[in-house]
This record gives sequence, C-alpha cells and structure tokens, in this order.
Amino acid sequence: MVRGLVFDIRRFSIHDGPGIRTAVFFKGCPARCVWCHNPESQDMALEVMHRPSRCTGCGECVRACPAGAIVLEAGGVHASRDRCRACLTCVRTCRWGGWETVGRLVEDQEVLAEIVRDIPFFDESGGGATFGGGEPLAQAEFLHALLDGCRDRGIHTVVDTGGFGDEAVVLAAAVRADLFLYDLKTTDPGRHLQLTGVPVSVPLRNLELLVANHRPVIVRIPVIPGANAADMDGILAFLLGLGDRRPHRIDLLPYHRLGQDKYRRLGRRYWLPDVPPPDGEFMLGLQQEFLRHGFDVRIER
Amino acid sequence: MNRRVAELREQCIQLRPEVSAERAELITRFYGEARPVSVPVFRALAFKYLLENKTVYIGPGELIVGERGPAPKAVPTYPELCCHSLADLDVLHSRERVAYAVPEQVRQAYRDTIIPFWQGRSMRDLIFAAMTDPWKEAYAAGVFTEFMEQRAPGHTVADDKIYRRGFLGVKRQIEESLEALDYFRNPEAYAEEQQLQAMSICCDAIIGFAERHADLARELARTAPNPTRRGELLQIAEVCSRVPAHPPRDFHEALQAYWFVHLGVITELNTWDAFSPGRLDQHLWPFYEKGLAEGRLTAEHARELLQCFWIKFMNHPAPPKVGVTAAESSTYTDFANIGLGGLTATGADGVNDVTYLLLDVIEELRLVQPSTNIQLSARNPDRFLKRALTIVRQGWGQPSLFNADVIVQELLRQGKKVEDARGGGASGCVEAGAFGKEANILTGYLNLPKILELALNDGVDSRTGRRIGRQTGAIESFSDVGEVLLAFAAQLNHFVDVKIRGNNAIDSLYAGHMPAPFLSMLIDDCLIRAKDYNDGGARYNSSYIQGVGIGTVADSLAAIEHAVFDAELCKATELKEALHADFRGHERIQVILRDNAPKYGNDDPRADTAMLRVFETLFRAVDGRPNPRGGAHRINLLPTTCHVYFGSVTGASADGRNAGQPLSEGISPVQGADRKGPTAVLLSAAKMDHARTGGTLLNLKFSPATLETQEGIDRLAHLVRAYFKLGGHHLQFNVVTAETLREAQLHPESHRDLIVRVAGYSDYFHDLNPALQDEIIARTEHAGF
Repeated sequence: MVRGLVFDIRRFSIHDGPGIRTAVFFKGCPARCVWCHNPESQDMALEVMHRPSRCTGCGECVRACPAGAIVLEAGGVHASRDRCRACLTCVRTCRWGGWETVGRLVEDQEVLAEIVRDIPFFDESGGGATFGGGEPLAQAEFLHALLDGCRDRGIHTVVDTGGFGDEAVVLAAAVRADLFLYDLKTTDPGRHLQLTGVPVSVPLRNLELLVANHRPVIVRIPVIPGANAADMDGILAFLLGLGDRRPHRIDLLPYHRLGQDKYRRLGRRYWLPDVPPPDGEFMLGLQQEFLRHGFDVRIER
Repeated sequence: MNRRVAELREQCIQLRPEVSAERAELITRFYGEARPVSVPVFRALAFKYLLENKTVYIGPGELIVGERGPAPKAVPTYPELCCHSLADLDVLHSRERVAYAVPEQVRQAYRDTIIPFWQGRSMRDLIFAAMTDPWKEAYAAGVFTEFMEQRAPGHTVADDKIYRRGFLGVKRQIEESLEALDYFRNPEAYAEEQQLQAMSICCDAIIGFAERHADLARELARTAPNPTRRGELLQIAEVCSRVPAHPPRDFHEALQAYWFVHLGVITELNTWDAFSPGRLDQHLWPFYEKGLAEGRLTAEHARELLQCFWIKFMNHPAPPKVGVTAAESSTYTDFANIGLGGLTATGADGVNDVTYLLLDVIEELRLVQPSTNIQLSARNPDRFLKRALTIVRQGWGQPSLFNADVIVQELLRQGKKVEDARGGGASGCVEAGAFGKEANILTGYLNLPKILELALNDGVDSRTGRRIGRQTGAIESFSDVGEVLLAFAAQLNHFVDVKIRGNNAIDSLYAGHMPAPFLSMLIDDCLIRAKDYNDGGARYNSSYIQGVGIGTVADSLAAIEHAVFDAELCKATELKEALHADFRGHERIQVILRDNAPKYGNDDPRADTAMLRVFETLFRAVDGRPNPRGGAHRINLLPTTCHVYFGSVTGASADGRNAGQPLSEGISPVQGADRKGPTAVLLSAAKMDHARTGGTLLNLKFSPATLETQEGIDRLAHLVRAYFKLGGHHLQFNVVTAETLREAQLHPESHRDLIVRVAGYSDYFHDLNPALQDEIIARTEHAGF
C-alpha cells in the first residue's frame, strides 16, 4: 500500500491523452510557473479554497477561524494565506459549502478502484488513466504503484509531467507508462529559473533520457506572450538536436487568464502581469514553423 | 435548401397555431343526423363524412399535399373525445406558452352548436364517470395522470405494408374475408362482419380523399400562370389519383402515400403521438435505388421531396390539450418520431444512402417536428453515428439516440417474434414497440416521489391533509430503510392497483365506443382477425405505466438511509419536521440531505442501490398485469414535461428538494446531483435492467466547446457506444448554448451540474466568477451556431 496526495480525480477527461481518460491530479510541484492555471496543485499540503458562488457573506467562518486568517471585506470573504494553518475549521463551519478542502491523502488501491470503474469507456475509446498534477514525478513511489496497478489491469497510462524528477525516478516511470505528455517552457536557463523557480537542466536532461529509451512522448509547449513566446526558436533547436528519435507530436497551448481567479480564491497573489492571450495568427505562424520541420503540431485550447 | 423549401419552411414557422372548428362542426352534424348502425360502421361513416366534406388544401409551391385541418397549423378538435369548454378555449387563446389562437367564429360555433351537443357525451365524460373515488382522489392529488382522458390510444407506428399494397388491394382482401365468414360455426361472425365493413368504408374514404386532392390540383393547374407550377400540379394530380388506392411506384408516390395514411390516422381520432412512418430510410430505399437506376430520380429531387414532406409534419401541431394533460405534455410537438438506421428484419445493418440523405434533411431544416432519432445497433457503422452526432452537437436536441440491440431484447422479453422485434424500435419519446404490429398504449405517468411522500406520512397527502393512500405508518415508526421501502412498496402497489383498474375500464370503453377501423387496417393482425385496434386486434397489445422521478426517490431513500439510520446526522422526527416546514428553519438538515448524502448518477453504489430497489418495486408492481386487449402492462421511465407538474404537487423531499420544485426527469440524475461527469452518470443509469422496460430516457449536458472538434465527436461516439454496450436504451445530449449559460448565471441553483470547458481544464460553471462566466458565454456564442 502506498499513499499519495491528490487534489482531483476527474473522469471523462478528453484532453489529456488518447480516448476517454480518468485524470488523477497529483498535488505538489517543485516548480512555481508564474502562469500556472492550477495554483492549487503546487503545494504538497492540504489547502482551503473559497467558493464565492456559495458564500452568503454571513461571516461565520471569520469568527470561527482560530488563526484569524479570514476577513470580511467589501468584496466578500477573503483569506490571508500567510496566516492559514489549513486546520479546515472554515470548511467544517460553513453550512453553505463556501469553503472546500483542496487535497486528499489517498491510497493507491483507492485510486485504482476509481480508475477501473470507467474501463468500459477506456475500452471503447482507446483511453485509460492520466497521471498529472502537480508534478507526478514528485511522488515517485505512489506514481509507480499506480502505473503498475494499471498495467496489471490492462489500462493504458499517460504521465503528464514537467520533467522535474531524479533520473532513477524518470527511468522507473519510463518503463511503466505507455505515453508521456512532456511540458517544455523554454530552453533559456536564466528565463526558466526566473519563470518557474527551477533550473532548466533537469527537464531537458530527462527528456533526452526518455527519448534515448525510445519512450513515446508528446511535447506540450505553453505559449505565454511576454514570458516565453520569444523562446520558441530555442525549443525548436533543442528538439531538432534530439535527432531521429525526437518526439514528432507537439501540442501548443496558448496562454489564457482563466486560472487567475483561483489565486484569489486561495488567498494568493497572481504574479504574472496582465498579458493578453497570444493572438490566433501568432499561434498559426508558430504551428507553421514547427510543421516546416516535420513535426505533427496541434493547437490545444 | 432551395427557394421553394425555404419559403415553405418560413411560412410554416411564421404561422401561429389556430383552433379550427371545421372538424368539430362536421362531426357534430354527422352524429346529429346519423341513422343507427353498428358502432364500427358508424365510426367508419363518420370518418368518410369528414374526408368528403373537410376543406382540401394545396398550398403554393407544395409538392407533398394534404392537411389535417383546412390549412397549415389550423388545428382541428375532437369533441367526441374531449369537448373543450368556453373557458378552455379562453385559456388556449391567452396562455403564455403553447397558445392556440381561437377566432371569434370558432368560439361562437362552440357556444352555439358544439358544446350544447357534446356536453356530458364525450369520451372524457364517460371516462371520468367510470372512475372510482380512490382513482379520482389519486388523480387530483397528482399521484398519476391519465393519457386517454383527452386523446385516443394510438402510440403506434407504420411498417412497410402501405408501400407494398394500396387500399384497393386491402378492399379486395376485405371482400374475400367477408365472403369467407362462417356465420354458423363462428359466433363472432357478425361482429367481424361489421368491423370488416367498417374497414372497407375507410378504404373508400381515404381513396376518395386523395381523389379530392387530385381534382383540386387539376383545377389549380388550369389557372396556374406559371407553366412550371402547372406541370407540378398535374404531377401532384397524377400522384394523388394513384396513391394510396394503388401501391406507390416511385419515391414521390411513396411519400405522398404515407402522408395520406398519416392524415387518415390523425383525422379518424386524436391519437397520442399522432402517427409515425417508422423506418423511413428502409421503406424508401427501394424507391430511391430504382429511381436513380432508371434515371427518373436525382438525389437533389429526392432531397427536395423529403424536405417538403418534413415541413408537412411541422404544419401539424398537437391538438390543443388542457388541464393536467396540458401540464404533463406542455408542447406543440405531436411526437411523430422518425427513426433511422437500426436493423433489418433479418438482422442486418439497416443503414443505407437514404439514411444519410435524411440526416442532411434533418440538419438543414432544423425543425422541432417531426422528432427524429437514430436507432443504433452494434452492426451500424461509426460513420452513421458520427454523422448524427455532428447534428447533435449543434445543440437543438435532435436527433436522439436509441440502442437498437437493447430494444430488440426488450421486445423479445415481452414475447415478440424476432423479426417483429427487429422491425420495431422507439417512437413517441422513447417507447419501444413492434412497428406495424403492436398497440403499445401509454396510459399515464406515475409520481414516484409523491408515493414516497405518502409512505413517510402514513398515506396522508401533506398538501390537503386527506388520507389517499394506505396506512403504512409514518417515518418515525421505521427502524431502518428496509421498512421505509416496504411502506413505499405497499403504497406503490396500492396506486398501481387503482391505476390499472382505471386503465382496464378505459380500454373497454374505447373498445366499445370508439373503434378505429382506419388505423386498424395499418396494424397487423387487426384485418386478419377482423378485430379493432382498440379492441385487442393487434398482434401485440401492451399498456405502459411511465414512472417519473426515479432519481428523486433514489436520492431521497439514500439520504434517509445515510442521514437518519447510518450516520445518524438527524433524527426521523427532525426530518419529518424539516420536510413539513419545507426546510424553513431547518437549513442545516437541507444541506446534509442535499450536499452530503449519496446521489444517484455518481456511480455511487449507496445511491444506485436505492435506485435499483425502486426500479424493482415498480417493475414487480406493474409488469405482466393483464389488460383487456389480451396484452399486459409494462413499465417505462420517461417524463415528457410531467416531472414539472408532478414536482408542483409534491412536498419537500428527503433529497433536499424544496416543495414544488421539479422532479428528476426520465432516468437522469436529480438536476445538479451528478458531479462525477458523464461516465459516472452512464454507469449509474446502466445498472438498471433496461431490457425489462419499454423505454428509459437519459439526458446528458455538454458544452459546445467539448464537442467542437472531430476529437470531441469521436469521444461522444465512444460514450454512446459504451453506454449501449452496457445495455442503455436511450441517450440524448443537451449541448448547452450561450442562452443556457446566461440562464445559469441568473439561476445557479438549478445548474449546479453544468460543466464547461474553461481552457486546459474544465470547471463547474457556477464556481466561476461572473467575469469569467461572461468570457465563457462570449466564447460559446462563437462555438455554437
């Protein structure tokens, strides 16, 4: 039995690999990408998140919070993240369901039991399970147990990763998973550190490792104007440098601001300046550029 | 679509339905002047009189001709079934939704001749007089509804016989049967003779009706200034003098033959679900293939004829309903439902080129009538399913999807021959039947949550304080959920007994007073047995009782088990008080019941087991109980709009639902209760044994963005195939449009389950902030139509 921390298990996931999938979102990530649209995935600890749609502004949670972390402001209830001790008193107190716990400590068997339910849909669609996050490599033992469990049950697996993990962890996942969705943000070391808080050498090395071991990889590139949009040439050069075994399929993910709201609900600040999503023409141009070099490129939404 | 079709379509859409008194006046005159003859012959003569004297209409540009009323959307009434009062007419004229204009001369005719003649003499009067006090009390309390109190039995669908034989051929067979009658050894010979004579009169009537159209077309041709139109009118005249007297020879004649038959059925009586052509693609295929091979038909002309045919259905709103019937079926739709695909009688793939042509027509015309569906078998190609799904994703609700293979299982279980089962399918909303061979009558909806309410209240209706059920104890007297279920089953059995007693009386009344000799010729084996459709003449005779609110009951039972007996979050007496108070002052209990208890639709065994218990209880109470037509009662689970009416008469329920709110519809989860996505909903719904029903209805909501790519269509196809492999009967997709999202913004409480794709992830719409919601709405408008 292995335990892990997840923040969501979502069935009928159709954008995280082939077919109809059940996506398991690991909680905890060593990176802090400034544009992250799932900020609740970053901390490897339980958190509370406010649900404005259910909040009546009654103030009961403000009175109940032992840390004094919740204040009633003109715009509604607001939690200060610095003071919050994640004691979950607010979740228990609110009768309207205005606070939710983000994160659940689960056993591998529990997760597998949830995954097997949708086998009829996996079979019909060529789908399976996707382990993403967060960074699934950050909970290696848990990830490996889930991958083994799926393999025993004939379920196709995808690991959706930013590539932040030890060599051994990556290799152990590589022999167990059927497909990797691999995020590449930039190849520029300075910018990578600035935008994500972690060095670029680790994900680049791990991608090389996967490629060297003949693992199927789809590269996913978020395109953020003013952050990494100018680094596409570097990514292209790096991929071409991987030689004949390089991944052929690339998904371009245009930046969107739709995760911003969650920062507020978590009581956190959104650091990225207000940049607009890249325009369609720019994305098409980028797609052309990769196509010219023989990649199968799609723009995801 | 070409200009002709566009104009016909536009004209039809612009027209507002209007009540026509023509049929009512004719039938009143006929009844007033008729000499005494046997009932079937009397009804046949009435049918003939109507068709000989009603206004015949051929509109500009029409290629397929014939109207039930004097003009498109001029809706006749059937006072011999239900005579509208002046107050009814005023309601019809002025009600906000599903209104029918009532011109002053119609009102006058009703006041001066129709009402004075029919008051107290209609089938409706006869039926209500025959019902027992317990029936009337349960009906008034909203425990069940009654389909036949304003409309006649029908619910049936054509097979291919009208394309193989004309009514002259039928007449010849009738003459042979009459000659062969053995008056000495067969004590029923006289009754059979009368029935056969009635059918023969109906043959003359429908042939004469077609001839009247031929005459009118020739007359119009004489004065038509445009030579092209003149040619078309002469062509129409030729077609109408050929069919339905003789079998059709080509595509045009085939469509016109069906249309005359359709008009015959819906003029003879106001049959539920009008009438439907059944497997139109399979029926038309030989004519299409032959026409193309001989070079006498092009795909383009076939398309135009089909479009003209489609618009005829749209010209025919349902006859105006009032009272409970209007509440349970609040729509202009008359439920003619055209199915595509499925299997052939020998079990092969039934999809052909006409199937795809029809899908084009459905997409291009985008009309709410006729309803359309695809009958999907494992043998049908994915191309067929995916083509249909590209129409589904446009978000106007058509076509719906049926599992042809499970329908075959359902019909076989009811004892039908395999070829009849394969030739059958779903019609109306979702009801399974053997097309051309069965009288499968829907008799009324049953309010399952109301029955649970009575089971928790010792049989007392909390709205009126009257005891209408059995004394089975009150909630505080039960020590576990098993006892609650026993009380529920006792109440359910009681009301099913009351309902079936009523059903059987009504069947007998229709058999005796209101035979349908014309319809009888279309459904085997009425002709061979010389027995009427309404008297058990059909090969198969089912009566359905339609359960409503199974999701609400399942959640209520699961919540009682969870909150009162297992987790002991509240005491039975507290629950009772909270329900009586409609949760006022008991909000905490409501939150426990609504948000913390297990819910059906999440693949959660705790709630799904409750659903299965309710299903088995309903099945055992109803299935196999005989009806007077030699058939049996069956269950199905569909609501039309009855879940709204039933909700309005049902108090607060233990799933946290407030009094008066709608119940769950079909076998769908309670609105907003499903939180684990579509696969969980389908797995929950598939736990029910669909093969033991005669139809179930399941609705799934999707955002258009989920389906906008080919990948989205593929995933949807996989969902459908997987659900059908698991044994599901029916599925329809509610692809939410920007309009729905705006509504969801205003009323978040009833759209808690609405999932939208945000970007890179999906989220519940109501959890998004207003600005974000606006952004999604804006995008939806781009993604939608």
